[in-house]
Amino acid sequence: MQFTFSDEQEEFRLIVRRFMDDKSPTTEIRKLMDTDDGYDKAVWKQLSEELGLPGIHIPEEYGGQGFGFIELCIVLEEMGRALLCAPYFSATALAATAIIEAGTEEQKLALLPDIASGQTLATLAFTDTTGNWEVGSTEVTAEPVGNDSQASDSQANSFQLKGTKSFVVDGHIADLLVVAARTPGTTGAYGLSLFTLPGSGNGIKRRLLKSLDPTRKLACIEFDNAPATLLGELNGAGATLPHILNLAAVALASESIGGAQKMLESSLDYAQLRMQFGRLIGSFQAIKHKCADMFLEVELARSAAYYAAAAAAEQTADFPAVASLSKACASDTYMKAAQECIQIHGGIGFTWENDTHLYFKRAKSSEVFLGDPNYHRDQLVLRWEN
Amino acid sequence: MTDTNTVTSSEQEIRSEVRTWLEQNWDPDSTLLAWRNKLIDSGWGVPAWPKDWHGRGLTIGLGDAVDDELRQAGAVSVAKTGVRMLAAATILEHGTDMHKEKFLRQLLTGEDTWCQLFSEPGSGSDLAGLTTRADFDGENWIFNGQKVWTTSAHHAQYGMLLARSNWDVPKHQGMTYFLIDMEQPGVEVRPLRQMNGHASFNEIFFTDAKVAPEFMVNKEGVGWKVAMTTLAHERRLADGIRSWGRGDKGNGRVYEEQKAEIATVMEPYKWYPQRAGRVDLLIERAKATGKFDDPTVRQAIGKVLIMAKAAEWTGRRVKAAHALGRPPGAEGSLGKLAGSQVARLAAQAHTLIAGADAMLTNDDGAMDGLISEILISVPAESIAGGTDEIQRNIISERGLGMPKEPRTDVDRPFRDVPRNTVG
Ligand SMILES: Cc1cc2nc3c(=O)[nH]c(=O)nc-3n(C[C@H](O)[C@H](O)[C@H](O)COP(=O)(O)OP(=O)(O)OC[C@H]3O[C@@H](n4cnc5c(N)ncnc54)[C@H](O)[C@@H]3O)c2cc1C
Repeated sequence: MQFTFSDEQEEFRLIVRRFMDDKSPTTEIRKLMDTDDGYDKAVWKQLSEELGLPGIHIPEEYGGQGFGFIELCIVLEEMGRALLCAPYFSATALAATAIIEAGTEEQKLALLPDIASGQTLATLAFTDTTGNWEVGSTEVTAEPVGNDSQASDSQANSFQLKGTKSFVVDGHIADLLVVAARTPGTTGAYGLSLFTLPGSGNGIKRRLLKSLDPTRKLACIEFDNAPATLLGELNGAGATLPHILNLAAVALASESIGGAQKMLESSLDYAQLRMQFGRLIGSFQAIKHKCADMFLEVELARSAAYYAAAAAAEQTADFPAVASLSKACASDTYMKAAQECIQIHGGIGFTWENDTHLYFKRAKSSEVFLGDPNYHRDQLVLRWEN
Repeated sequence: MTDTNTVTSSEQEIRSEVRTWLEQNWDPDSTLLAWRNKLIDSGWGVPAWPKDWHGRGLTIGLGDAVDDELRQAGAVSVAKTGVRMLAAATILEHGTDMHKEKFLRQLLTGEDTWCQLFSEPGSGSDLAGLTTRADFDGENWIFNGQKVWTTSAHHAQYGMLLARSNWDVPKHQGMTYFLIDMEQPGVEVRPLRQMNGHASFNEIFFTDAKVAPEFMVNKEGVGWKVAMTTLAHERRLADGIRSWGRGDKGNGRVYEEQKAEIATVMEPYKWYPQRAGRVDLLIERAKATGKFDDPTVRQAIGKVLIMAKAAEWTGRRVKAAHALGRPPGAEGSLGKLAGSQVARLAAQAHTLIAGADAMLTNDDGAMDGLISEILISVPAESIAGGTDEIQRNIISERGLGMPKEPRTDVDRPFRDVPRNTVG
């Protein structure tokens, strides 16, 4: 098991960090979060063409960089730290991962290169309006088109989706949707499949949701007999989707520790600047102990996220348990760090002008997205093997 | 993707060398003393120690690999429990050759037990406020005063003693560090009963106790610096100290003697694993009692597992970075604070699992009283070896570079500093 990063990985992190520092100052974040698209096309082009980030963990034979899950997590940690506004988590962490894990060879060859190059924005829609993150909970159905047993291969893969997905990250702008839906008449994880369809195709109505975290855009998507293509095997998502979501949970944990680290640094900066009672507030023990605890929690969450990323890369048996462990730990840590950061700033921390709330809101959306800490703690214990 | 395998070729070489040596030398039917002496002579007993002093000068990481080989072979290790390794680390760093010659081997064979004579009734967290007197009478150092909470003192041959030799300088500059023979008339040891009923620590009274000048460590007045070495190892070795009293399993004379050692010498420390919370028992207990079906119990267990595993992985990160020669980050100081939180969370989860049985103890209690022993031992974890509050001070000041609090006790001769009158 890997417990440190290689020199190459450390170097890669620095390159990504420099890019983020340069492209995602808070003035940019504030500008982009007020737009519907929520990202800057020129920056997206640069991070695609110069750094190849959208294809970071996509194998080279499908047009990607061919690095592993650990490198993806490094990118996400740095993006979380800089609160980059870009459709990256949706396209790379969710959709590309789903296609890599579930698609046929042909489908990977057809779909991944354009995601890797940044040309196609993609996302994964798996939660219904109930907001239930359980894999088997969806009620969106997929009816086969043409029941003819003589149908050609492409016809056999043709379906029509019916129902509503919600909480779809960047779902309002995605060119390509990967959707979890079920064979009519089935329940639970059985009968689940993944489908792909163009985001602006027939029978699709999309609506940008008013989200608490303006740096993470969410959409509601209605499917009214929308034509879609089966991704991978029919009824195969009961097996593939849990793993895809475990990988997504670790990706989100990585993004969260980047944000939590930023909250710690911002707390420390302010504590060493602000004077009250004739001394720096950072010399008061109540503030010092808060910072010590924050540091402890951030380092523990970091260790958990790094361990989970390595477990994903090495496909260890404990991966499903540690994926949930890392998500629960990172979500709680980020939320608490953002809260404490506001507290340490006092009144100014509650203003719109101060940047802390941008992170606080991202922490809140990350806490709930993909399942809250209680859900993942429970999954951890149920999955734990002594 | 880069090769991320951290098993270096030298680790493999070392492992196979130890294995071969064990095949030829490990003998479960030898005496404990003979075996430990042999292990010490070979350098495999404490491989991370310097070559001149019973070791092989290996990195800590490789040392762990050697220990792992010993464990796998079922071979009994040198004596490592308790504060003896703190004494050893201090002597290795600050001691004279005479000290190393006289003390190190018997410490490793288990013949000598050590104790740490730091805390006093009037000064615990504020160790530098201690008032045990050290006066030189022209021939010997003479000690008068009182120490307290001294683990192992009731069966220790030697003690690491920090005392005040100069009252006219600021507090940190007036202390000197000594290695004291506990078996002398001027040293009186009285065991103290703890809240869990055990008695592993003591109070000590010095009445004209003596130490010859050659058993002073480093120089007069630099006791604080020497004590810092001891304390740094105490924080780092916290895990080893907790594992006190776990014996190896096997048949043969060595095992029998080790069992006897644990039964007698280690008896007062039976509760040490319990004070860390016994995370290892949680799921098994929850399943055995049917409480695993209760989602609130699973939440409590989940919280412990997250803390405990993340703390373990943080330790592994620190070690892995160390092995690559990367500079240590402040995360090294976090383990102790994480440990006491794990212990508290574990006690909470054990309480939920035990239900009403948590009110009972001994053979009426769950697991013959083991669970209740966890509940009433865990409070030690956040006090012993420096309280949680002191750890937070250290982490924020040294780890995060935050400003120190204004102090009124360091800018004047110790004589003039207000202090506790009782004790
Ligand atoms: C099981 C056990 C074994 C021990 N073994 C040994 C041993 O072998 N040798 C030895 O020398 N000692 C030993 N000790 C003593 C231990 O190191 C001290 O108890 C500890 O350092 C605290 O000192 P104190 O008890 O005097 O408490 P105090 O220092 O009086 O602390 C009381 C409270 O005040 C808080 N406090 C004090 N100073 C500050 C500050 N600056 N900022 C914030 N809060 C503060 C503390 O955190 C604590 O909550 C042992 C203790 C235990 C429980």
